[in-house]
Amino acid sequence: MRVLVAGLNHKSADVEVREKLAFSGDKLAPGLQGLKDLPGVKEAAILSTCNRVELYTHVSDPEGAKREIKRFISSFHSIPAGLLEGKTLYFHSGPEAIRHVFRVASSLDSMVLGEPQILGQVKAAFEFALEKKATGVLLNRLMKKAISVAKRVRTETRIAENAVSISFAAVELAKKIFTDLAGKTVLLLGAGEMAELAARHFMASGVKEIVVANRTLARGQELASEFEGKAVPFDEFKDEMLHADIVLCSTGAPDYVVLKPDVHAAMGKRKQRPLFLIDISVPRNIDPQVNSLDNVYLYDVDDLQTVVDSNRSERRKEADKAEMIVSEEVETFERWLDCLQSVPAIVSLRQRAEEIRKYEVQKMLNRIDLDEKERKAVELMACSIVNKLIHPPTAALKEDTGDRDQLIAMIIKLYGLNGSC
Amino acid sequence: MGALSFQIALFFYLLAMLAAFFDLFKSTKVLPKAAYMFVIVGFLFHTTNVVYSWFADGHIPIVNAHEATSFFAWCVFLLFLLLEYSYKLGLLGSFIIPIGFALTLVSSVLSSASKPLTPQLRSYWLGIHTFFAFMSSAAFALAAGMALMYLVQEHHVKRKRLGGLFERLPSLQRLDEISYRLITIGFPLFTLAIISGSIWADNAWGSYLSWEPIQVWSIITWLIFAVVFHSRLLAGWRGRRAAVLSIIGFATIIIAFAGLALLQKGQHIF
Repeated sequence: MRVLVAGLNHKSADVEVREKLAFSGDKLAPGLQGLKDLPGVKEAAILSTCNRVELYTHVSDPEGAKREIKRFISSFHSIPAGLLEGKTLYFHSGPEAIRHVFRVASSLDSMVLGEPQILGQVKAAFEFALEKKATGVLLNRLMKKAISVAKRVRTETRIAENAVSISFAAVELAKKIFTDLAGKTVLLLGAGEMAELAARHFMASGVKEIVVANRTLARGQELASEFEGKAVPFDEFKDEMLHADIVLCSTGAPDYVVLKPDVHAAMGKRKQRPLFLIDISVPRNIDPQVNSLDNVYLYDVDDLQTVVDSNRSERRKEADKAEMIVSEEVETFERWLDCLQSVPAIVSLRQRAEEIRKYEVQKMLNRIDLDEKERKAVELMACSIVNKLIHPPTAALKEDTGDRDQLIAMIIKLYGLNGSC
Repeated sequence: MGALSFQIALFFYLLAMLAAFFDLFKSTKVLPKAAYMFVIVGFLFHTTNVVYSWFADGHIPIVNAHEATSFFAWCVFLLFLLLEYSYKLGLLGSFIIPIGFALTLVSSVLSSASKPLTPQLRSYWLGIHTFFAFMSSAAFALAAGMALMYLVQEHHVKRKRLGGLFERLPSLQRLDEISYRLITIGFPLFTLAIISGSIWADNAWGSYLSWEPIQVWSIITWLIFAVVFHSRLLAGWRGRRAAVLSIIGFATIIIAFAGLALLQKGQHIF
C-alpha cells in the first residue's frame, strides 16, 4: 500500500499545458471518478489550481499505476500521450509522495513561497474527494495531516509574514504611514495593468474611494467603474491630489509628470496631511526630489522591489525551518503507515491478548492461594475467554475483502495496538 | 517605610527599563509584558512612597528636590500606564520608561532635607499650582517620547529601511495623533499652572511675575507648545516639525526644572 502522486506544476509545465490538463469546474467530478476506477487504484483525490494539477492515489503497485494514470490523463483530456513525456509529468511514491503533499500544502512548492491560497485549495480538493467517497483511510489521514502540517509551518515559522508582491508591499507600507486605510482615497494616475492590480489590493484593504485620472478618459471611466470610483480628466490630477491620501502613478509618460513644486503647493493646501506617492512607472513619472518634502513619502518601483526582495530572502530562510518540520512529519506519518501495513495486525492483536491474559492470571494467582488443579482451571478459563474474544476480528482480518486496510486501521484503533508495534 | 518603598520602586523601574531596552533589539512576546508588569509593581511602591510623604509633610510632597523629582517621575509613570492601557502601542515602554527611570534615579540622589514652609508657600495654591505644573510636564514628557518614536519611524519610512523597529513601531499617523493628543492635554494644564502661579505670586508677593529663571523658562516652554498647538490648527504643521518642537519643548521643561533644583533661590525655593 503506497501513496502515489502524479502531477505537473508551474516548474514542470507551461501554462498552455497546465490549462489543457486542468481538472477545473465540471471536469473535476468525472475526472475523480475515472481516476478512482482505474485498476489498482484504491483511493483518489485531485488538486487542480492554476499553478498545478496533482493526482493523489493509494495504490499497491506504483509502477503499474503510473502507466495507468498516464494513459488515463491523456485519454481523459484527449491529448496525445507524447505531451506527457519528458519532465512534464512527475511521479512521487512512498515517503517522497508524502513529503511532496506536505510541501505543497505548506506552500513550499508554490511559485510564491509561503502564499496562503494553496492551503485552502488543498482543503477544498480533500473535501470534494471526501464528499465523492473517493478517499479512504490512507488518503484521509494523509490530507488531514497535510493540512495540520501546513498550519504548523504557518505558526512556527515566519514564512507567510511579509509581502512578496509589489502591490502588496505598497499596501503594507501604506499601513505604516496611515493607521487605517478605511476612509482614505486612492488616486490612480494612468490606468495600466499594474495600477489596476495595486488598486485591487488597496480596495481589498478597505480604502474609501478610488479616483482615476487617465489620458484617455474612457479607459479611466472603465477602470473607475470596476471600483465604483470616479474618473476625471488627466489634467485635473493636481486638484485631485488635494483630496487623495495615496497616489499611484503609472502613466507611461517618458518624463516626470508630478513635479516637486506641484506637490509642495498641494501639501500647503492639504494642511500637511501625509501623502503617500507610489511610482510604478518606468521611466519614473514622479520627481524623486518629492520625497524630501515633509509628510510626503515617495516609493518607486525599485524601492518596492527592494522591499519585496528582502521579504523573499526572509521567506527562504524561513523555508529551511519549514522543510525541517515537514521532514519530521513525514517520518511520523511513515511510522503510522508501517504500523498500518507491515506488522500483521493479527499477530499484534494476539500478542496483546496474550499479554493481558498472562498479566491478569498472574496477578490473581499472586493474590489467592490455589492448588494445582484449581490453578489449571483458572488458566484454562482465561485462555478460552481470550480466544473467543479475538476469534471474530481475526477471522475478519483473514478474510480478503476490499476494505482490509480500513479494517486493519480500525482494529489498531479499537484495540489500542499503536504502542505495541 | 517611605524611603524603603521608594528604593523598591526604583529597583522595579530599573528592571522595567532593562526589559524595555532589550525589547528594542530582540523582539519577544515576554519582554514588553515583563516591562509593563515591572512598571506596575514599581508604581505601586512609588505610590506608597508618595502617599506616605504626603501625610508626613501634610501637603503635596514636592517641597524638596528629591520629592519634586520623584513626584514628576510618578506623574510620568501614571500617564505611561494609562497610555499603554488604552492604546497598547508597540515599543512605547522602550521610549517612555527610560525617561521615568532617569527622573526617579536623579531623585534618589537629590537632597530630601525639607525646610519648614514659609507662610507665603503655606497656601492651597501650592497644591493647585504644582499639580497642574507636574501633570502638564508629564504629558509633555510622554508627548516627547512619542515624538521620538515618530522621528525614528519617519526615518525608516523616508530612508526606506524597513526592517527591525519599522515592523514593530505603530504607523506614523498614529504616533503623530497620540503625541498631539498628549499636547492638547498638557497645554491647557500648563496654561492653568502658569495662571494659578501668577495669581498665587500676586497674592503672596504682590506681583504676577518676578522674572525668576523658572518663570522665564516656563514662558518659553509655553510659547513653544503654543506654536505646536496652533500651527497645527492653522497651517497643519504636523509630523516631523511638530515632533521636533515637542522634544525641544520638553527639553526646556527639563532645563527649567534642573535650574529650579540646582539654584535654589527665589519663590520656587525648596
